[in-house]
Amino acid sequence: MTVTAAGEPVIRLSGVGYTYPGPPPVRALLPMNLVIFRGEHVAVMGPSGSGKSTLLNLVGLLDRPTAGRIEINGTDMGAASERTRAAVRAHEIGFVFQAFHLLPHRTAVENVMLAQIYADIPRHRRREEAMAALAHVGLAKRAHALPTALSGGERQRVAIARALVNSPSLLLCDEPTGNLDSGTTGEIADLLAALHEAGATLLVITHNPAVAGRAARRIAIRDGRLVDRVDRGPGPEGGQGAFVT
Amino acid sequence: MPLSRLRLRDLGSEMLAGLLQRPGRSALTLLGTVLGIGAFVAIVGLSQTASGQIGKQFNALDATQVIVTDSGAAQSQQPMLDFPADAATLADRIHGVIGSGVWWTVPLTRATVTSLPGRGGLGLPVTAASPGLLTASGARLASGVLLNQFYESHAQNVAVIGRTAAAQLHISSLANTPAIFIGGQPFTVVGILAADPRLAQLNFGVAIPESVALHLWGPPSAGTSAQMLIHTRLGAATVVAAQAPIAIRPDNPRLLSAAAPPNLAHLQHTVTTNLNSLFLALAGISLVVGAVGIANTTLVAVLERAGEIGLRRALGARPRHIGIQFLAESTALGLFGGLIGAGLGVVAVLGVTVEHHWTALLDPRIVLAAPIAGGVIGLLAGIYPALRASAMEPVEALRR
Repeated sequence: MTVTAAGEPVIRLSGVGYTYPGPPPVRALLPMNLVIFRGEHVAVMGPSGSGKSTLLNLVGLLDRPTAGRIEINGTDMGAASERTRAAVRAHEIGFVFQAFHLLPHRTAVENVMLAQIYADIPRHRRREEAMAALAHVGLAKRAHALPTALSGGERQRVAIARALVNSPSLLLCDEPTGNLDSGTTGEIADLLAALHEAGATLLVITHNPAVAGRAARRIAIRDGRLVDRVDRGPGPEGGQGAFVT
Repeated sequence: MPLSRLRLRDLGSEMLAGLLQRPGRSALTLLGTVLGIGAFVAIVGLSQTASGQIGKQFNALDATQVIVTDSGAAQSQQPMLDFPADAATLADRIHGVIGSGVWWTVPLTRATVTSLPGRGGLGLPVTAASPGLLTASGARLASGVLLNQFYESHAQNVAVIGRTAAAQLHISSLANTPAIFIGGQPFTVVGILAADPRLAQLNFGVAIPESVALHLWGPPSAGTSAQMLIHTRLGAATVVAAQAPIAIRPDNPRLLSAAAPPNLAHLQHTVTTNLNSLFLALAGISLVVGAVGIANTTLVAVLERAGEIGLRRALGARPRHIGIQFLAESTALGLFGGLIGAGLGVVAVLGVTVEHHWTALLDPRIVLAAPIAGGVIGLLAGIYPALRASAMEPVEALRR
């Protein structure tokens, strides 16, 4: 089963599968092929336990597949050393988590600056760039607030600013609105759509049809396999298609 | 693509932020190290200081003195004197003896020393002294002469008085051959002492010839005893003490017991060893407790901060970056604990020395090494938690 789209690929999965060792071993992802192109906004949907988060962890290089090959920007990451994978995470990938994962004792801007440490951004540039990222998500005025003083939506905006601050080539969002009410969900969905409009490549794992509906391409996972082409929006090169084989 | 990095400055700021995010817990974690290092510094400092005091107090004066006690008389129910009349002569023959003399406190029951008969007496100690005693004890004269063999052998009623006693008896000069009355018996004052460094009671009392005391008041009363003071050459005291009872009473040396001053080096060593072995053991236990405390707290922090570890890995941290950060935190805890402990240890040493009017002695290398020792303890204590943290899988960590 293969899902593809035309253009320059940011992610290419070739026969990627994942089996939890157990005992007993559990096949979380059956071997699959997937290509995501630069500038795409892809939503991955599916029920709980279908393997969506496992897919995101593999694409985000937080885990290694038990089968197949993962390429990011043309480089095989499956066989890469941990230092290379860490470097790719620092420079090429931005994560947005359902639980925000903000450090509670640091202000919004300090949380954003955390991402700049490992990317080795010079110290004199950090605060300015972090403030710009916060401004980009509309939180410049809350830059010095602690996470406990922020609403759920604001916390997720801080997390998005942190994911954006190093200008990654890929933004991975794992249920970004899972902890938010419907009003705030709409705001975050709008923000992600705006980021896509600005040129970001997004892979969004979500249960929420409204969030998935903002994506140009939606794919579904069920029982560890890509089961269907949910929809097909216009591709980056004018709509040649994502499809299932 | 450049590798992900954790610069030293970033490591320092992240380490501080990690410690300060739970300041109360960090402070409590420090306690073990503070106590251990503090105890260590205090013990070493007090040990050195105490040794210094021993060195000061056991000076040459004490180290050249042997006291022979009439232990037979001390245990007797009857007044008696086991020193023979020529005891000092016998003692003076021992190699290493400079001078010697026998003395005891004359058994007068009432305060009976006065400068005028019929007047109320003063409660001054009256010492029966053999001719060589005042020389052996190092007495210095303000005026007049010391007791000598002539007075002794002729049983002359003469007295040498201390400067304080002279003032109390209103005797300022020997020009008019002043007399005093002891127990109603007249004595001519032949000398006034400026000071006696070995026998304090001579400074504020009266010394009379041994033969006169024996004649008028008999031997020392039951339960007390005469003593012989032997002035020795430096280093000879121990040998002289061993030989004196045999030389003086070869017929029954057990009647006498001789006490030499403690061997200075041995005493210092004993004190140091005793203090060190006892308190250093306690300090060691405190340090182990401190290390376990740091290890435990750091391990708990690793488990509590699993989400943070997962986040940092997602942001590009390598396993070694995570490990180094936790290792830095535990090392800093040990270092701060060592610093505070060293400070408190120094304060403790100063407090004790001020209280006892001692001179504080503390090797600065110990004070400087203490925080480093704390840091090393923190470093060692942090190894296991740091390994656990660095081995944590990011997916698993983020899930917690």
